[in-house]
Amino acid sequence: MNQIQNLTKGFIKENPVLAQLLGLCPTLGVTTSAFNGLGMGLATTFVLVSSNLVVSLVKNFIPDKVRIPSFIVIIASFVTVVELVMQGFVPALFDQLGLFIPLIVVNCIVLGRAEAFASKNTVASSVIDGLGMGLGFSMALTILGALREILGSGALFGFKFIPGEMILVFVLAPGAFIGLGYLIALTRKLNK
Amino acid sequence: MEYIIIIISAIFVNNIVLAQFLGICPFVGVSNKISTSIGMGGAVLFVITLSTIVTWLIQTYVLNALGLHFLQTIAFIVVIASLVQMVEIILKKVSPALYSALGVFLPLISTNCAVLGVAILTIQKEYTLIEGVVFSSSTALGFGLALVIFAGIREHLDLMEVPKGMRGVPIALVTAGILALAFMGFTGIV
Repeated sequence: MNQIQNLTKGFIKENPVLAQLLGLCPTLGVTTSAFNGLGMGLATTFVLVSSNLVVSLVKNFIPDKVRIPSFIVIIASFVTVVELVMQGFVPALFDQLGLFIPLIVVNCIVLGRAEAFASKNTVASSVIDGLGMGLGFSMALTILGALREILGSGALFGFKFIPGEMILVFVLAPGAFIGLGYLIALTRKLNK
Repeated sequence: MEYIIIIISAIFVNNIVLAQFLGICPFVGVSNKISTSIGMGGAVLFVITLSTIVTWLIQTYVLNALGLHFLQTIAFIVVIASLVQMVEIILKKVSPALYSALGVFLPLISTNCAVLGVAILTIQKEYTLIEGVVFSSSTALGFGLALVIFAGIREHLDLMEVPKGMRGVPIALVTAGILALAFMGFTGIV
């Protein structure tokens, strides 16, 4: 498989959220606005790329039996890096995303890519795979965030362009489930 | 009284699945039958309560005592993963009956973000150990409740005529949305 395909497979065809249905908790939890979705997506992308890089570097030194715990420790270290950096530089976004930043560590996409891809492939393709999956994840979160923000408050990235009251339920919890349900159905249609 | 408020808030008002979006994977994955979802609910109740006690003790007597707050994420996930493994080994030896009821769900639970989420929430809310136990067990009950209700709905959904593209997960998510709408009715009772 060439590297461009390797990068773009995560966008629609193997999109981690919309096609593989992984990482649904942060997808539903943080997408009250497009900006929050994008921030969460990029934070996860950083963890994905770094953990894929390190896992593919050390894959030959880790005994098979303890590989999952080792991967988890590697991932948790990078999540801690993200946590501290975000707390220091973008405290407002950090407060908005709250609990879901430390929870990147249990995001099945990250461990899934480490186990299914980075532990079997070269460093370069693992990094590209991580980047592609991360961007696909960011895309899914940004689209769902934008959908909920437009329908729920008539704004996009905080800029209000539809005046007046909107369908408030879309910024609340039920809107997340309903919006994601329709997005998954749409992705299935596109993948056919 | 404050315990009752914690219980009602954790089960209904801030339901972990429908209001806080934690533990969605098992919620969508194992909610096809009522019987499996009761098993899953039981396993989650057991693991969440146990892991909250252990992580609370570690936070208070190790991390806080040594000033290592930034290691919280790493410490908690390692503790929870090994705890789940240990519970599995001990249950297998001590109570084969319980193991056969909960066993298949245990490996799934270590990747359940609800467990880590509740452990961190308990620390963030600055609960005492007893409040933490009450909070975590009632959160797990809320998880079980949502799971069982959802499984009941999905059993009926299988018999319905659903448009082709919406079959399976999409319609399940839309259903969960309507269920979340129903749970929003509890807002404001505490």
